Amino acid sequence: MAEDTGTLGRSAAVFKASMQWRRLKSHFFVVLGLLSVLLGVVALLVLLVDVIVQGSGWLDWQFFTSFDSRFPARAGIKAALFGTLYMMVFTMLLAVPIGVMTAIYLEEYAGDNWFTQFIQVNIANLAGVPSIVYGLLGLQVFVRIMEMGRSVLAGSCTMALLILPIIIVASREAIRAVPPSMREASFALGASKWETVRHHVLPYALPGMLTGAILAAARAIGETAPLITIGALTFVPFLPEHPLDRFTVLPIQIFNWVSRAQSEFHHLAAAGIIVLLVVLIILNSVAIYLRQRLRTRY
Amino acid sequence: MLKVPFISSQEEESTVDAVIREAVATELPTDVSVEMPNPAVEVNNFSLWYGDFQAVTEVSIKFPRKKITAVIGPSGCGKSTLLRGINRMNELIGGVRTQGNVLLEGTNVYADAVDPVEVRRRVGMVFQKPNPFPRSIRDNILFGARVNGYQANEDELVEAALRSAALWDEVNHDLKQSGLALSGGQQQRLCIARAIAVSPEVLLMDEPCSALDPVATLKIEDLMRELAKDYTIIIVTHNMQQAARVSDFTAFMLSDDTARGKLIEFGPTTDLFTNPSDERTEAYITGRFG
Repeated sequence: MAEDTGTLGRSAAVFKASMQWRRLKSHFFVVLGLLSVLLGVVALLVLLVDVIVQGSGWLDWQFFTSFDSRFPARAGIKAALFGTLYMMVFTMLLAVPIGVMTAIYLEEYAGDNWFTQFIQVNIANLAGVPSIVYGLLGLQVFVRIMEMGRSVLAGSCTMALLILPIIIVASREAIRAVPPSMREASFALGASKWETVRHHVLPYALPGMLTGAILAAARAIGETAPLITIGALTFVPFLPEHPLDRFTVLPIQIFNWVSRAQSEFHHLAAAGIIVLLVVLIILNSVAIYLRQRLRTRY
Repeated sequence: MLKVPFISSQEEESTVDAVIREAVATELPTDVSVEMPNPAVEVNNFSLWYGDFQAVTEVSIKFPRKKITAVIGPSGCGKSTLLRGINRMNELIGGVRTQGNVLLEGTNVYADAVDPVEVRRRVGMVFQKPNPFPRSIRDNILFGARVNGYQANEDELVEAALRSAALWDEVNHDLKQSGLALSGGQQQRLCIARAIAVSPEVLLMDEPCSALDPVATLKIEDLMRELAKDYTIIIVTHNMQQAARVSDFTAFMLSDDTARGKLIEFGPTTDLFTNPSDERTEAYITGRFG
């Protein structure tokens, strides 16, 4: 190698990294990534298999049509299933309209001032508040001050507060994803602000808002702590017939069974978990289905 | 390469700047007032600011009735902002301030008593990228008419609008298909049909062909000539050939070191292209910058 070949000519000599070692490092990270993925999947599978083995034998018609009982053979989840259903209906009726309207206001109408920024920061913070705090708030405000008692309605109001930030954030993102050209087209035709929102922004943002609402519902169905705090019962041998009736929900029923001594109740708990998981899978599937369907329409 | 004079740095002062500087220095008489009786749109001493940024400076121009006026100029010359100033679309962005006025059939669209929603019904607009609503062709046409309280027969309106936009023969077999299923050129004609379905008095076009292929562009240009029999059309374009082909009058705008968004020259298209009175206009149309 001659001196006068310049820097580039000598360069081959200064590259000494071993190809073998570099290839090894690449493989190493592929394996590491794969292991990380497997860890989650395997943990989930083990959990599922364990629950199914324990609980599937107890999943019969009687399990769905019976109230809780001291005798494992006669115990069922009827009250919890209906309690969850009632609570979720009221929760969504409260949270979705308020959440969507808040999102529309913040995205379409509110100016960019300190007040809106203050609200935005607060919504983001609320999404991170531990659910038990919502339970304490619900206990004081809904159960005691507003005298709703330990009722379905008090539980729904608490849950609505809990999922409101999720719905607002998801709806705002959906609204923000509406192309500005769509708004311009509408305004240029002489449509007012509300007509533009009503006919173009909302339909376009609907799939995103629906997905957010369903995922929020899935979150609420699995929540236990706030409902225990406001005093949802663990032993309910009746169906709530009125929004102010006392009630229980699936996670509380499961929690109750797990904490009993007899091993039969642990099998019942496993059966309850299967029901809860199926409900959650159905909800998530509906969210995915709706998103796909409405996307293709628009 | 487009070169915007006012953003070029001192180190690399381009020939463009030199040309403009020279022109400014010679103080050519720039008589931009053309005798224009009974204009459809009259812009008087109009300035517009986005916050502290002035985008249009003291523009006065009279757009002749049932003619096509092209507004040309390099990027950043304020031509789109001027166009959007006519139907008050700029106000959709916050922090916009205006001075002077815009008369639409003699009424100042910036008067306190005037609702921009009503102005936009009377002044149709077609955008750079075709933006049909993700709905049926029929609904695209009818949306504007419905929100503005159209009472007569809807089928007739759809057919009339699509025929005026030279689209009826291509789509009448299926008016329920999505506006997005059409080709780019067809989408733009659908946007034109949608705009004229609310019976505007003026049609603004903001570079309507820049996203289209040459064949679709020619179709739109033919359509514009046809529409000019009934409507006053103002088109902003980057394409000087297009301005020369399609317009009756041309306005040339420019930003320089002293002010952004000034009207430099306005006149019949043939005059402006063959015998520009301002040196900067000549420099631009002969391709020396822009």
